[in-house]
Amino acid sequence: MTVTILTVDDSRTMRDMLRMALVDAGFRVVQAEDGLHGLDVLRGERPQVVITDINMPRMDGFGFIEAVRQDAQYRAIPILVLTTESDDEKKLRARRAGATGWIVKPFDPAKLIAAVRRVAA
Amino acid sequence: MDPMAEIRLTFFQECEEQLTALENGLLSMQEGDSDSETVNAVFRAVHSIKGGAGAFKLNALVSFAHIFETALDRVRSGELVPDVDAMKLFLRAADALADLVSASRDGGVEVTAPYVAIEEEFNALIGGGGAAAEEDEFANLAFQPIITAFDEPPPPPAQNVFIIRLRPLRELFAKANEPLALFRELARLGTLTSICDIKNLPFLDTFEPEDSYLSWELRLETDSQRAAVKEVFDFVEGDCDLAIELAQSATAPPPQPEMDITAILRKVREEAPAIAAAAAAAAPPPEADAAPKAVKAAVQPTIRVDLDRVDRLINLVGELVINQAMLTQRVLHSSHVRDREVTSSLEELERLTREIQESVMAIRAQPVRPLFQRMSRIVREVADATSKDVRLRTEGEATEVDKTVVELLADPLTHMIRNAVDHGLEGPEQRVAAGKPPEGTVKLAAAHRSGRVIIEVSDDGQGINRPRVLQKAIANGLVPPDAQLSDSEIDNLLFLPGFSTASTVSNISGRGVGMDVVKRSIQALGGRISISSAPGQGSTFTLSLPLTLAVLDGIVVTVDEQVFVIPLTAIVETVKHEPSRIHHLGDHSFVLRVRDVLVPLIDVGAELGVRGPTSDLRSGVAILIETANGTRSALLVDNIQDQRQVVIKSLETNYMRVDGIAAATILGDGRVAMILDVDALVGPRHHDWAAAETPLAKAS
Amino acid sequence: MIEKSLNPQSREAEFVAFRAGSLEFCINIMSVREIRGWTPATAIPRAPSYIRGVINLRGVVLPIVDLGVRLGLPGTEPTARHVIIVAQVDERVAGLLVDSVSDILSVEDTSIQPTPDVASQLARMFVRGVIAMDGRMISVITMDNVLPAGMDLEAA
Repeated sequence: MTVTILTVDDSRTMRDMLRMALVDAGFRVVQAEDGLHGLDVLRGERPQVVITDINMPRMDGFGFIEAVRQDAQYRAIPILVLTTESDDEKKLRARRAGATGWIVKPFDPAKLIAAVRRVAA
Repeated sequence: MDPMAEIRLTFFQECEEQLTALENGLLSMQEGDSDSETVNAVFRAVHSIKGGAGAFKLNALVSFAHIFETALDRVRSGELVPDVDAMKLFLRAADALADLVSASRDGGVEVTAPYVAIEEEFNALIGGGGAAAEEDEFANLAFQPIITAFDEPPPPPAQNVFIIRLRPLRELFAKANEPLALFRELARLGTLTSICDIKNLPFLDTFEPEDSYLSWELRLETDSQRAAVKEVFDFVEGDCDLAIELAQSATAPPPQPEMDITAILRKVREEAPAIAAAAAAAAPPPEADAAPKAVKAAVQPTIRVDLDRVDRLINLVGELVINQAMLTQRVLHSSHVRDREVTSSLEELERLTREIQESVMAIRAQPVRPLFQRMSRIVREVADATSKDVRLRTEGEATEVDKTVVELLADPLTHMIRNAVDHGLEGPEQRVAAGKPPEGTVKLAAAHRSGRVIIEVSDDGQGINRPRVLQKAIANGLVPPDAQLSDSEIDNLLFLPGFSTASTVSNISGRGVGMDVVKRSIQALGGRISISSAPGQGSTFTLSLPLTLAVLDGIVVTVDEQVFVIPLTAIVETVKHEPSRIHHLGDHSFVLRVRDVLVPLIDVGAELGVRGPTSDLRSGVAILIETANGTRSALLVDNIQDQRQVVIKSLETNYMRVDGIAAATILGDGRVAMILDVDALVGPRHHDWAAAETPLAKAS
Repeated sequence: MIEKSLNPQSREAEFVAFRAGSLEFCINIMSVREIRGWTPATAIPRAPSYIRGVINLRGVVLPIVDLGVRLGLPGTEPTARHVIIVAQVDERVAGLLVDSVSDILSVEDTSIQPTPDVASQLARMFVRGVIAMDGRMISVITMDNVLPAGMDLEAA
């Protein structure tokens, strides 16, 4: 079965880049533009892996991860956060919120796929 | 297009949006908005630009955005409360960021003095230490090589054997990490064998589904080094007890596994559904999502559509309108069908068609807000360059107008705003001396008024210096030395070609374009421009523009059996035209007396070369028109047929621009008709004159 | 025929041949959009004499060039039997008013001869070469200079 990945990012550029890399690697990609939208799509699409940005309008990445982890149906889904290298503090906060792992921006497709592979069930 | 190039395009499009959001946010912060969402949005805009720029290795952009972002982050966290100067710095940085984005898009960015200067100011603002510490990060970001598996150096020949002890804590599972996935990763590095310790596994009655009971001892034979092994556990660091030992020896045979990895995988897989089911049963229904849902309704869903598709739709609807008109005309002219039902169906069809057309046009309509926002930058730049204190006030930013109109307004509006700050407003001392506040105000307002868009650019400056304008016009031979001109006529001299009010050409407004160019651009959009001014109080330029460039209301006239359309906006009235009111001035020039004023009477047929000039103008209808600069003339045509809305078709697409013709259209009978360019038709008579009727009136 | 098409050096092109006045012309079929009957055109003010006006071609305003007049031949009084060849001219589309379309020719590049030096300046503006075929002399028209140029520059 094709693995479905949900990407949550408010930047169209990032969404496009994620989509390109993931689709090339054979994943099915569904996308959302912020945390709230992400929760919606999550419920409709039941992805196997989620990749989310941190800085987003309406609901940021932390809020999104917390909301997913509080939902019994989805709490077991691996979530990767997109972060910039300097953001050790953000990485920590994301982990505290329940992120499974992280991807450092700017990412190259190989690293992205490796990170997804590491967490995909 | 290759996908990366396409994403690059998206990135730059998105940058434009982010820059707008950035400027917006900063402006409202400047107005005192300290809402955290405003600050967040500003931060996000810069952060997003940085993120995308990193992906495209636009190093200069990344590094500038980074320092900007760092400063904004301080504001966000409350460490820095920006004062007036800091806000100004932020706005200037936003302008510089916009320039960097354009420069990066067009290739070739040089880190020039302005950027360096702003970066230094930022360093001063946030304290040098913080920024310096971040320098390393750019180095990483900017020069990060793309490492793929193929690039790695050949592995050392000796096999390493690692013994790994792993005891996951419940936090590991809470973050959706899986020992299973870790094993799979390890197995990619070499040969993995494992021993699962299940002695801690409780009986089912005390089994806590989210707790962790298992631990493993793994043996990995691999070419990889410790770092690579450790990296596998990156995500679970702190969420497990982990020990990695390098148990040397490539010679010793590996001990027989007591349970091989596939068995473990099988076991975990078998247990997983039970664990999940237990978890689902145990967990109460989540309430967390109830609150977020309530917020959602506020956002209007939108879709992005290719402009080509919209334009194609508009063209098709345009044809539908023509076809509908043709159909109606044909049915009504064929005498045997005069059925009432047919007629009312046709009327319904016309109504629907018109409604579709309006809805489709509305797709192209855009608020003037982004255009107005661009102007705030112009104001800042000119104010800086002229050492004036200027505040831009905007009104009616939500007013919508056709996308092309918005785009084509940018240049003329820029010029007018420059003029307003450079020439209109006085310096602070002069203002204070005149009893005004030192800060000048430029106002930009938009509104819909009777089917058109009105845009006003006004300032509270010194007003037009009429004696100087007149003196200059006389010196340039634009008006006779003894001309007696009204105030408004003098003001309109500004629109004459080549006229420039500044006695010294400043490098702000003096770029070789005068108000005549502005006026021509506005006219090219089917608009008009007018000016009013009060000495010491300021000037107002008023633009009146069509809502759309796709349709126009006009009257259909005939001249020598040819059909023309005259735009309704130019028409003042149709004039009862009696031979006694016409005066022949010789040389095929005529004037028509309209009440007490004489206006030039233009024989459209002769003017367009449809027929030869004649001195006999007794038949026909005169239409009194007003050109963009407010002068009046009368057009003589044979007949008025109809008043209707017509779809504008460019004549230039397949042919070329024709003097005196604004565009073409297709009428109900399917034939092409020309739409007259009234200003151009009247133009030659007035090329030296802002207002011709007054002297003529005095002559009578 | 088979031999010809096997020869990699020769490239065959198709041309639409037509009559204007007593002469025969042709244009590359690749630039022809469609061929249609004459419909009355709306005159364009201040247009050169060879521009018959514009017609409505399914919503597109299409200028009509009287090709005979453009080439310096006597003017045509168009009737329902006259034909408009709708052709691409760079970015623009124009209709050529001609007397009739005669046939479609398959011609090899190599059999197009250069325009003779004796041809008038006007002819050389529009004629790219000459095809001699079955005793006919057919001038190959290039569309580059058919429409008037330059005024749009002045307007800009």
